[in-house]
Amino acid sequence: MNLPAEPNSFRTGPDEQGMFGIFGGRFVAETLMPLILELQQAWDNAKTDPEFKAELEHLNKHYTGRPSPLYFAEQLTKHLGGAKIYFKRDELNHTGSHKINNCLGQILLAKRMGKTRIIAETGAGQHGVASATVAARFGFPCAVYMGATDVERQSPNVFRMKLLGAEVHPVTAGNGTLKDAMNEALRDWVTNVESTYYLIGTAAGPHPYPEMVRDFQSVIGTETRQQIVEAEGRLPDLLVAAVGGGSNAIGLFHPFLDDKDIAIVGVEAGGEGLSGDKHCASLTAGRPGVLHGNRTYLLQDDDGQIEEGHSISAGLDYPGIGPEHSWLKESGRVEYVPIVDDEALEAFQLLTRIEGIIPALEPSHALAEVIKRAPKMGKDQIIVMNLCGRGDKDVFTAAKHLGVEL
Amino acid sequence: MKTRISDTFGRLRGEGRPALVTYFMGGDPNYDASLAIMKALPAAGADIIELGMPFSDPMADGPAIQAAGLRALRAGQTLQKTLQMARDFRSNDDTTPIVMMGYYNPIYSFGVDRFLQEALSAGIDGLIIVDLPPEMDEELCLPALKAGINFIRLATPTTDDKRLPTVLSNTSGFVYYVSMTGITGSALPDTSRVAAAVSRIKGHTELPVCVGFGVKTAEQAHTIGQSADGVVVGSAIVSAVAEATDKDEDPVAAVSELISGLAGGVRTARLAAAE
Repeated sequence: MNLPAEPNSFRTGPDEQGMFGIFGGRFVAETLMPLILELQQAWDNAKTDPEFKAELEHLNKHYTGRPSPLYFAEQLTKHLGGAKIYFKRDELNHTGSHKINNCLGQILLAKRMGKTRIIAETGAGQHGVASATVAARFGFPCAVYMGATDVERQSPNVFRMKLLGAEVHPVTAGNGTLKDAMNEALRDWVTNVESTYYLIGTAAGPHPYPEMVRDFQSVIGTETRQQIVEAEGRLPDLLVAAVGGGSNAIGLFHPFLDDKDIAIVGVEAGGEGLSGDKHCASLTAGRPGVLHGNRTYLLQDDDGQIEEGHSISAGLDYPGIGPEHSWLKESGRVEYVPIVDDEALEAFQLLTRIEGIIPALEPSHALAEVIKRAPKMGKDQIIVMNLCGRGDKDVFTAAKHLGVEL
Repeated sequence: MKTRISDTFGRLRGEGRPALVTYFMGGDPNYDASLAIMKALPAAGADIIELGMPFSDPMADGPAIQAAGLRALRAGQTLQKTLQMARDFRSNDDTTPIVMMGYYNPIYSFGVDRFLQEALSAGIDGLIIVDLPPEMDEELCLPALKAGINFIRLATPTTDDKRLPTVLSNTSGFVYYVSMTGITGSALPDTSRVAAAVSRIKGHTELPVCVGFGVKTAEQAHTIGQSADGVVVGSAIVSAVAEATDKDEDPVAAVSELISGLAGGVRTARLAAAE
């Protein structure tokens, strides 16, 4: 295969059309186009405005609790007997995951744009909770679209959103998962385009969302750079993060993309294995297509119909992936690998017992990959993994898979 | 560009009436029944046919068209079969324009060049691709125009005077004015606002302007037809197919009856406007 010539920098995308190579773009209905252009204008102004930056930094510090710690997992390191393992602990953020980083940024933008209503889609419910949280904090009405299947398997988060004052709309179309929730959110947006701000939760969708979400999440990688140098006096050898839509991963990866000696690995949901159709590994087993406003790798059949993903983790259950990841895959800068449900569940239990940290099932996928790689690396080598969410929401799912009745 | 579409509007201008543009979902409830519906459309009074290409994730469509697409896919419809449907139709109708309408991914997956070649040979006159705005013209719009197929663009209430020239720049065949911000099959807004929008668009283009989204009755078609060059009906037809199929009745008869009524509304529109 002929790889495209290696660019001088992996951090300059997207271009003016919102493209990362052939990926990204603005594949939306005309009704939305004027709003997308307005959003882009607002974002272009905000990102260079010191006041916007200061307000966001203040909230990150005092509301979310940033910077999140970079924790040396001594016990796990000893247990695996190889590279030193560090966790970027975004699970300690307010609301329990990295999702809040993006929600705070976007709600400030919605406020600047004079919008009066927030909508969001959610899979595991983490982004829904984070959206409902910032909507409550800033006094916006908020509607969250969530697949009916997910409403059932993530009921604690549904109740959280309702407590926060959000309306939760269960979506029964399709298989009732994240992709169907996103379709329904887009239908709401196209109907209420003047008043409504669509707070997309991952680094996907039409331009400028992939860039904007990445920039809000890059606080993860920016802090990590500083913290690892403080702890070890140098940068790490390997970065690992889970990818569903890919926002926590791009947030960790992006500030390191031009450090070519650092290996970077994104971990996809392998579900019940890639030999069948019960998985969510769009980069490993999909091909490029157009959905939800961007061109990216998708799970689809021969006719270009989108297929449903499957994962034990509702947060990885999306048949697409942020367009920048598709580009990073094709350019060879980042390696993407699948981890199956059982491996993730084992990693989930190991970390809980050995470090006293209950991780969410999403980063448990990244952890399973760390468990595979660390023993093969030297003791002087360093891995940083993004522990992007806490597992409280997943105890019911884990119990069910482990055959325990609560 | 001279196509069956421009011929049809030319003829209708002579007759002094607007066009009735009918959308149906290719392959719903199955290939044979859907082809029979398509063949019955012109006789019932349809002037232009919009042939729906089913897609698993129709983001701009309401419940009726979503359900129709899923029924078609479950019955085994593919883009290749939708093209075949046009070919079968053309074997005894070489004048009624066919516009394929849907989303980009099945075409992208099929391959743009291969699709345009096959569409041309199947007798397709135009394309309406919901998720390809002017910003993405290099994907399909420009290659389609080069191949001699019209690329029909949607203009919406959010398309203001500043943006209208961008939307109209590579549009051909006709302009499809979406009467509301929303999904297909919602309630039709105040018709006087529609008339104002049509006249605004006509200030920017020579192309015929057709209006759709929410037209369900002969009376609505009659009112819209007083200002527009064409009236598009979609969800009402798709719902009639679903209802007849559910009741085990003949969908062809149900669609023909609905369209005859709508055609009556359209045919008297200009007489009423002249009074």
